[in-house]
Amino acid sequence: MNADAGELAIDVRGLHKHFGDKHVVNDVSLQVRRGEIFGFLGPNGSGKTTSIRMMCGLLTPDAGSGTCMGYDIVRQADEIKRHVGYMTQKFSYWEDLTIRENLDFVARIYEMPERRALVDRTLEELGLASRAEQLTGSLSGGWKQRLALAACLLHQPKLLLLDEPTAGVDPTARRDFWEELHTLAARGISVLVSTHYMDEAERCHKLAYIAYGRLLAQGTAAEVIARQNLSTWTIEGDDLMALSQRLRGQPGVDQTVAFGAALHVSGRDGAQLETTLRDAVAGSSLRLAPADTSLEDVFIYMMGRSADNFGAQS
Amino acid sequence: MKWRGFSVARWWSVVLKEFLQLRRDRITFGMIIGLPIVQLALFGFAINTDPKHMPTALVIADHSEFSRSYVAAMKNSEYFDIIGELPSEEAGRAALARGEVQFVLNVPAGFTRDLLRGDKPALLVEADATDPMATGMALSAVAQLGQYVARRDLTGPLATLRGGEPPFEVRVHRLYNPEGNAQFNTVPGLMGVILTMTMVMMTGLAMTRERERGTMENLLATPVRPIEVMTGKIVPYVAIGLIQASIILLAAYFVFQVPFAGSLIAIYLAALLFIAATLTVGITLSSLAQNQLQAMQLTMFYFLPNILLSGFMFPFRGMPQWAQYIGNVLPLTHFNRLIRGILLKGSGWADLWPSIWPLLLFPVVVMGIALRFYRRTLD
Ligand SMILES: Nc1ncnc2c1ncn2[C@@H]1O[C@H](COP(=O)(O)OP(=O)(O)O)[C@@H](O)[C@H]1O
Ligand SMILES: [Mg+2]
Repeated sequence: MNADAGELAIDVRGLHKHFGDKHVVNDVSLQVRRGEIFGFLGPNGSGKTTSIRMMCGLLTPDAGSGTCMGYDIVRQADEIKRHVGYMTQKFSYWEDLTIRENLDFVARIYEMPERRALVDRTLEELGLASRAEQLTGSLSGGWKQRLALAACLLHQPKLLLLDEPTAGVDPTARRDFWEELHTLAARGISVLVSTHYMDEAERCHKLAYIAYGRLLAQGTAAEVIARQNLSTWTIEGDDLMALSQRLRGQPGVDQTVAFGAALHVSGRDGAQLETTLRDAVAGSSLRLAPADTSLEDVFIYMMGRSADNFGAQS
Repeated sequence: MKWRGFSVARWWSVVLKEFLQLRRDRITFGMIIGLPIVQLALFGFAINTDPKHMPTALVIADHSEFSRSYVAAMKNSEYFDIIGELPSEEAGRAALARGEVQFVLNVPAGFTRDLLRGDKPALLVEADATDPMATGMALSAVAQLGQYVARRDLTGPLATLRGGEPPFEVRVHRLYNPEGNAQFNTVPGLMGVILTMTMVMMTGLAMTRERERGTMENLLATPVRPIEVMTGKIVPYVAIGLIQASIILLAAYFVFQVPFAGSLIAIYLAALLFIAATLTVGITLSSLAQNQLQAMQLTMFYFLPNILLSGFMFPFRGMPQWAQYIGNVLPLTHFNRLIRGILLKGSGWADLWPSIWPLLLFPVVVMGIALRFYRRTLD
């Protein structure tokens, strides 16, 4: 009941959601600690947005329960709205209002005291002051994203739910954005951020991976990687595509992925994998080296396995 | 300030936002000014019809064979439905003002005596000529009835008067619109039609626009309440409605020379009431519709019966009973009665009350429906 109770900012268990006969979210449980940046990863259509909407009371789960900042996600949607900042995936501020007008509207809706000063301060802090009087519709993606962040911080929430905030934003703006998130986390604000950029996953304290509506892994990056128990090797050289074709299905090889100039080959049986690979490169100019399994290798691996298991039925 | 969770501050924030957005929306602004002008031009001519069975009251100070046969002839003509007898000429006038009857037949005291003396006495038919289309044919029938009755029905002691020129005259008083000017009726009627069209159309898009632009999700994620959003969104359109009403009133006065019998304040109060009722319809359609196209279709669906069954296009009394039932549910019907009553008859509040209370009740009921359909989640 109390926003200060407990150390979990988000605690949801067994969430389910169907749209028609499509099981879009299937038994999702998530725990996010206070002050944590929690990455919510998964390919498009895997159910990230739907899960987030259930957490902030915008969708009613078909089954399951949970709390956000101590408030029940089904019965206390009004409280959650007041104490949680939600940034929608699609930009959802008014394009025919200026940046300042948008912020002013949001501040009024939340009935913030000393509204003018608050809006001015927010414009200043998020570097929006120079464009305050510009119509939102004419802004680029990076500026829109900054406005959206400013607007959902305006009522000083202790928890942010950010749905793919960096989609369609240039790399510099993305870097600035993540810096901002870490500053916020340092101030004790919890953040759940969904993304499909792998490099962003590594900037999160914890992460969860969802595919076909099911949560496949949860924990720190190191934990997620370790749990899959994969060994990975890189191969560099010429004609890697042909090699990749040849390796598929061979003993010990569970996955081959091309990363730029190198081929990543992973498998759960480390010894068998090594034997197969050494045979494959013997007598050629290909360079073989052991590598750390990356998050991306793991996600691709989990994705492939869940496609085999559940992909066909959805 | 809060009342049962209703926050004036949040409501006001919605109002301000709508005003800002409206100010930047040139197309809507053009429509606000353009629509009344185009419609006023288009409806310069009116459609003629021939309604029958119009309620008629009798004020008979001289009961005689003659008055009976004249009344019988009126009934036979099918234009008049005799709904009863009233005690005095004043009572007849009052019934006309309230719109209860369309005609009053006055047979003055001593009519038969004067007839026998050959003094050519006069029957008086008073008509509510607000809508000249409704009364025109009936009134020309009245004159012919005189001839007919004179020729056929003068019997007994009156038989000597049969044949030749009718020994009495029929005087017709067209009340409220003596020249039977169709525009006097059409132009005030246009006010309601134009307001219906623009008010419903513009607010009809108000909620669906938020939904289609994705901003609805944002609104839903804030603490703002449905009632605050809905009522906040219609406030700017009240102002717009009053601007449109003013344009039409100016045209009515200066271009069409419609007489202004009632007070301007009464006209604006009536307009305000009607605008509020119509806006709630728009916002309700908007919360029912899934997208803007659906909202437009619903708007047309609402607009058609209003045009056809409100007494704007066809005289209300000329419509079949079932159509009158439908018509009586529509706010435009009541507004038409109000505005014609005020402008042409100079009617007072007591006379207008039968048209006022439906306009007060209507928005309350409709808003209730709208709030039921406002989805607070995205489910
Ligand atoms: N309102 C809805 N009605 C029907 N299907 C929906 C709705 N919202 C999402 N979906 C479907 O649910 C699946 C998951 O969508 P979403 O949660 O948006 O995934 P993500 O955010 O991970 O891309 C998709 O297949 C999408 O088409
Ligand atoms: Mg999404």
